[in-house]
Amino acid sequence: MSSGRFVTAVLTAGFAFLWLPILLLVIYAFSADRIPFQWGGFSLRWFAALAENERIVEAAFLSLRIAAGAATLAVLLGGAAGWALARYGRFRGRALFGALIGAPLVLPEVVTGLSLLLLFVALEVTTGWPDGRGAFTVLLAHATLGAAFVAVVVQARLAETDRSLEEAAMDLGATPATAFRTITLPLIAPALAAGWLLAFTLSLDDVVIASFVSGPAGTTLPMAVFAMLRRGLTPEVNALGAVIVLAVGAMLALATVLMRARR
Amino acid sequence: MKTLLRAEAITKRFGPTLALDALDLAIAEGEFFALLGGSGSGKSTLLRIIAGFETPDSGRLLLDGTEIAATPPWARPINMMFQSYALFPHLSVADNVAYGLRRAGVKRAEAATRVAAALAMVHLDGFGTRRPHQLSGGQRQRVALARSLVMRPRLLLLDEPLGALDAGLRERTGFELRALQRETGAAFVMVTHDQEEALALADRVAVLEGGRIAQLGPPRAIYERPATRFVARFLGAANVLEGRAAAEGFDSAEAGVTFAGAIAPDTVAVALRPERIRVVPSAEGPNTAHGVVEDAAFRGDDTLLLVRLPGGAVLRVAHAEEDGAPPARGDAVTLTWDADDVVALAS
Repeated sequence: MSSGRFVTAVLTAGFAFLWLPILLLVIYAFSADRIPFQWGGFSLRWFAALAENERIVEAAFLSLRIAAGAATLAVLLGGAAGWALARYGRFRGRALFGALIGAPLVLPEVVTGLSLLLLFVALEVTTGWPDGRGAFTVLLAHATLGAAFVAVVVQARLAETDRSLEEAAMDLGATPATAFRTITLPLIAPALAAGWLLAFTLSLDDVVIASFVSGPAGTTLPMAVFAMLRRGLTPEVNALGAVIVLAVGAMLALATVLMRARR
Repeated sequence: MKTLLRAEAITKRFGPTLALDALDLAIAEGEFFALLGGSGSGKSTLLRIIAGFETPDSGRLLLDGTEIAATPPWARPINMMFQSYALFPHLSVADNVAYGLRRAGVKRAEAATRVAAALAMVHLDGFGTRRPHQLSGGQRQRVALARSLVMRPRLLLLDEPLGALDAGLRERTGFELRALQRETGAAFVMVTHDQEEALALADRVAVLEGGRIAQLGPPRAIYERPATRFVARFLGAANVLEGRAAAEGFDSAEAGVTFAGAIAPDTVAVALRPERIRVVPSAEGPNTAHGVVEDAAFRGDDTLLLVRLPGGAVLRVAHAEEDGAPPARGDAVTLTWDADDVVALAS
């Protein structure tokens, strides 16, 4: 067997392993049968049922709002953290700061979720804020997670950006604020956008952390899906899965394109 | 000539390292000045202090007699060409050059005229719409120059301006730099570690060592009459021989040779340029030496001989082609030089 064929075979097997289950889910989403893993002819009825399921639609919109808010907050916090790590040299406590920023990347979500729950409860007991848990606490928790990713992406981008660019701008009469706006910001914009999309996707996906820090009025889409599963599986879940796969796929593709954007 | 920039007792420390040690310097209007030194000599720190990116710990920095040490870089009428050129990658060549004019609030039409003139000055007419990554190294360097010169600075700082260029391009770019300096009338202050570059381009050279100026003067004076062992070794690889002043001149034990000439009593070493030493059939007395050729390297217009002297030291001798066939490895040779070419070094 030639090496070219071998590579093709391995590649096919790899992609099949990764994508076959997802492909099956998408296919069964278009099945007319009531049993989620039985083909009953092509139909869009489960998509229609999904659109009429108020609980799911409401949760989906809540999830989108939380994801957008969390991603925006994550870009602000993570961007600032990445900036500090890349530009302020070896300040006191830099190693600790870097480790703390990156901690959510390696900590199990269960630990992150539990620790945030403990924090919110302790805060509520001592200061009265936050008043119960819900969408807002989920947003804060997801921003924490997303900031870690944004910080890493922004730091990497800044590290490969010549520092004398900012100095050259100042040498030509730009104040530090102007130099940041006209030089640094355009250069790290792709990283910020990619970071925003990553944080958005993470928030949309998360069920573990949300389960810990959410409250009565904070049921996100993944939480609603789990609730559905407990009541028994319907092909509606397949349809929802198909929609999510498409949305997340598009999002990740966009993030990849942005990260590869030419300087 | 009128002084443009004056540095008085500038001191700068980075932690335990003393980068600049009470350094004094005066740059005249319209001169081409070179700060020459190795790494850690403080030359780059001095440039960054003049540009405003570093603040001196003590000392004064005066531009036209006005203290500017506390003025931020964006408010100084001084521009700098960075070693990396620091072209803005997301802007076109024309927008790069126009960047400073836009910050200064120059009207759009006037800015366009000045940008075109600046690009013409560096022979880059018609390159305005390109992006920096579409240019060669030499073209990028000229864009960086145009971007600084379009601001019409009184003082232009150049950080290793030829450092990133190919050998072939350096000579031509050097001449172009000098022409631009004459054309604009601005004072140029260049930092370099390359002595050839400094000697070729500058009107005056300051050799820096350990945050102090070891010697300052016109290139020829520094080359011909180095003041210290460091300067003699740094410029043109002169022979430096240790010894002590004696009755009939200067005795060097490591050479086993007596040097005659203008030797002051406090002389600790003498410098002797390789091209000033001649190979002769025979000679005796001071300013002569007998040795054995240890190795010889042909260099085009001369042959470099390494001659082992009786005292053990090795003398570098440049044997010119017009003086006939050079001696071979292993040959015993007699060397001589003029008393005028013996440079006494006091430290």
